[in-house]
Amino acid sequence: MRQTRPSVLPPRTGDAVAAPTRRIPLSRERVVSWADQQAGAVLVLPAVLVILVLSIFPLLFSLYLSLSRFQPVSGGFEIHFRGLANYRKLFVGSEQQQFLGQLARLDTAGWLFFLATGTLTVFLLGRALRSGPLTFPRLLGHGTVALGLLLALWLISRTVVSGGRPGTLVVTWVYVFGGVALQFLIGLLLAALCAQQLPGRRTFRVVFLLPMMLTPVGVAYTFRMLTDTGKGPFAPIANWLGYANVSWVNDPWGARIAVMIGDLWQWTPFMFIVLLAALESQSPEPIEAAIVDGANRWQIFWHITLPQIAPVASTVILIRLIEAFKIVDMPYVLTGGGPGTATESLTLHTYVLWRSLDYGTSAAVAYTLLFVVTFVGIAYVRLLHRRVSEAL
Amino acid sequence: MQKLTGAKINVITVPFADLYQKILTDFTTGTNSYHVVVFAPQWMADYVEPGYLEDLTPRIEADPALQWNDIGPFFRNFSATYGGRIYTIPLDGDFQMVYYRTDLLEAEGLKPPETWEDYLAIAQKFHGKDLNGDGVPDFGSGIAKRRGAQSYWMFWSIAASFLQSQGTQQGAFFDVNTMEPLTMNEAFERALEIYKETGKHGPPDELNWDVGDSRAAFVTGRCALTLDWGDISTLAIDPEQSKVKDKVGAVILPGTKEVLDRKAGKLVACDQNTCPHAINGVNHAPYAAFGGWSGAINKNAPAKVKDAGYAFLSYMSQPAQANVDVTIGKTGFNPYRISQFENIDLWVKAGMSEAAAKNYLGAIKASLNSPNMVLDLRIPGAQRYQGVVLDTVLSRYLAGELTTKQAMEELTKGWNEITDELGREKQKQAYRASLSIR
Repeated sequence: MRQTRPSVLPPRTGDAVAAPTRRIPLSRERVVSWADQQAGAVLVLPAVLVILVLSIFPLLFSLYLSLSRFQPVSGGFEIHFRGLANYRKLFVGSEQQQFLGQLARLDTAGWLFFLATGTLTVFLLGRALRSGPLTFPRLLGHGTVALGLLLALWLISRTVVSGGRPGTLVVTWVYVFGGVALQFLIGLLLAALCAQQLPGRRTFRVVFLLPMMLTPVGVAYTFRMLTDTGKGPFAPIANWLGYANVSWVNDPWGARIAVMIGDLWQWTPFMFIVLLAALESQSPEPIEAAIVDGANRWQIFWHITLPQIAPVASTVILIRLIEAFKIVDMPYVLTGGGPGTATESLTLHTYVLWRSLDYGTSAAVAYTLLFVVTFVGIAYVRLLHRRVSEAL
Repeated sequence: MQKLTGAKINVITVPFADLYQKILTDFTTGTNSYHVVVFAPQWMADYVEPGYLEDLTPRIEADPALQWNDIGPFFRNFSATYGGRIYTIPLDGDFQMVYYRTDLLEAEGLKPPETWEDYLAIAQKFHGKDLNGDGVPDFGSGIAKRRGAQSYWMFWSIAASFLQSQGTQQGAFFDVNTMEPLTMNEAFERALEIYKETGKHGPPDELNWDVGDSRAAFVTGRCALTLDWGDISTLAIDPEQSKVKDKVGAVILPGTKEVLDRKAGKLVACDQNTCPHAINGVNHAPYAAFGGWSGAINKNAPAKVKDAGYAFLSYMSQPAQANVDVTIGKTGFNPYRISQFENIDLWVKAGMSEAAAKNYLGAIKASLNSPNMVLDLRIPGAQRYQGVVLDTVLSRYLAGELTTKQAMEELTKGWNEITDELGREKQKQAYRASLSIR
């Protein structure tokens, strides 16, 4: 799919700029050409300044904050540099239980899970490396991704599989990977249905799209009411079923599922609308040819439709992955991060710390989140997205 | 107000969970967009120490209309004062009490709870029975236990009587000599167990309840007992939502017959030495949780605005306005002036029966007169100690993420970490100052 595009920019020449120093008499053309050359930079400058002030400066400053301690003192505030103390607190100190979770010793199930998934990772790494020339950058890139994956699997084995307890980091992964996978599958299903020539499909398109237009906090409050088995609208049903005294949002996984359902409801429409557009824009000829050749519906979908929509699907998953890491409204409103810390996401963890003016640790969590998102984003693009896009 | 003074007021409301941080950020960064703030006096150390608040002492001395001496001594001397100077004007009197359904207890011939064991026994008795006649089983007890809300105050109301028995100056959070938290001992363990036990006789989703939920449940007759600030009684007379008008009794926080021996870290039986303030052999420690909404003035506000701000706060606190405010449930303001306790008519006019008013004001008086009142934690970083570390540990404990022992260890570790970070000696001095220990 990738082509080398002809450059639309004029070739750069330094002559015009350097001209006045060589005492070549000024001509109108030279001035115009000089101004022409500078115009780009001047026009871009405001945007660059805005980005510098609003984006780069806060980014660097929060990095500094994550390495220091903030304290209000007489007449203002003080920031003391403390090195990696805040990160130490997260990974091995007092915040470890909340951030990484309760690390249990690996039991049989934990070992089995870790060995199985670990072997798979190493196998995939080997396969990926064999598929191209063995250069150092490739080795480094693939190796880092594999290492990151192994670390994540190790953490999951110890906190989820072996009877420990996941911290905010793993809970966020659950929301991101579990949530986005479900959103994609349901979105694809709905899109496939709406792409058929069914009666009322226009209405359904609008209806399916509505949740995306609502404010997340409003959705979260609605779900808080819906999941309330004591006073909520489903209370009579819960009563009738004999579940009046059971609250599923008091169970860690029940609460996480409640948060995921809310998120699913809100964000599936985004998947749906993009995938619907992709489905409708695929060329009909290969499908018609396949029908003539006697292919069944599943074969058509698997061998023709899916490869055609793969680049779009891959992009929309990438956008949702990055977006999903920032989940905060749903757990905050629905459960307040509880029961315990069961539903707390990384962003909510940041907020809780920030609220008590512990800016240093808060920034450290935020930076860890940034690192994880960047890692997942780059790994996804390099390993999957590019391959899917290049396959065509 | 504009008609009265010519000053125009622009009120900015902030969600409670953000309040501490919003005000402090505004002051520390020098933005100073808030000229007058209404907040918890509990956070005063963080605001007064860096010099953000105006010393109101001279203004109050020159303001007879405020009737300063009509304000309860506890609120005047502890809530409004820091280091001997007055920084806030109280608008609300806050401490927690236990509320019960008079009709239910009378029908069973039961007395209001005196100890936390009584509380649990009463809760157990009524749990699962229909308490409001709608055919649906209700709950023995309903307490706000949601994370990031008010649960840590509710818990300390239970813990207080186990931890403090020698009077306010003994302190209920730290040892005043070493600044070691009082969270690693038998008394604290017992308090945690009781706190968890209340959940067995409570609603299934209690971990997700904040005071909004527990108040609504109590006044609609769904709980036999609850633990709250003074708001329940005034909400119970609101004809629009209450189903328990004149069926609500209030009582000083239940206590215990065994208290903490700080040297041994063990529970010891109450006697004249261990519980000098005990009533009927029960040590009560009413907890001035939160401390009551109070108004303060930003030191960096323009002089004219300061004058107007003071006039406004004074007006809000003067008996003419305040004595109406405290009788209305939705204001969130509870009585704090002596005239409010003594003037029963005020409450009868607001819709309470005379018996209910006497009961309510009696419970408040009993709490306020107790020499063993527990002052809320009022040292730098109080919000981190309570709002983050304690709140998270309690929530994890209730959710079963931590055992009782682990919860105590986590809390002690977390609190010591903050103390060491902010300076142990400095924190100790601040804690002693808040308790007026010289």
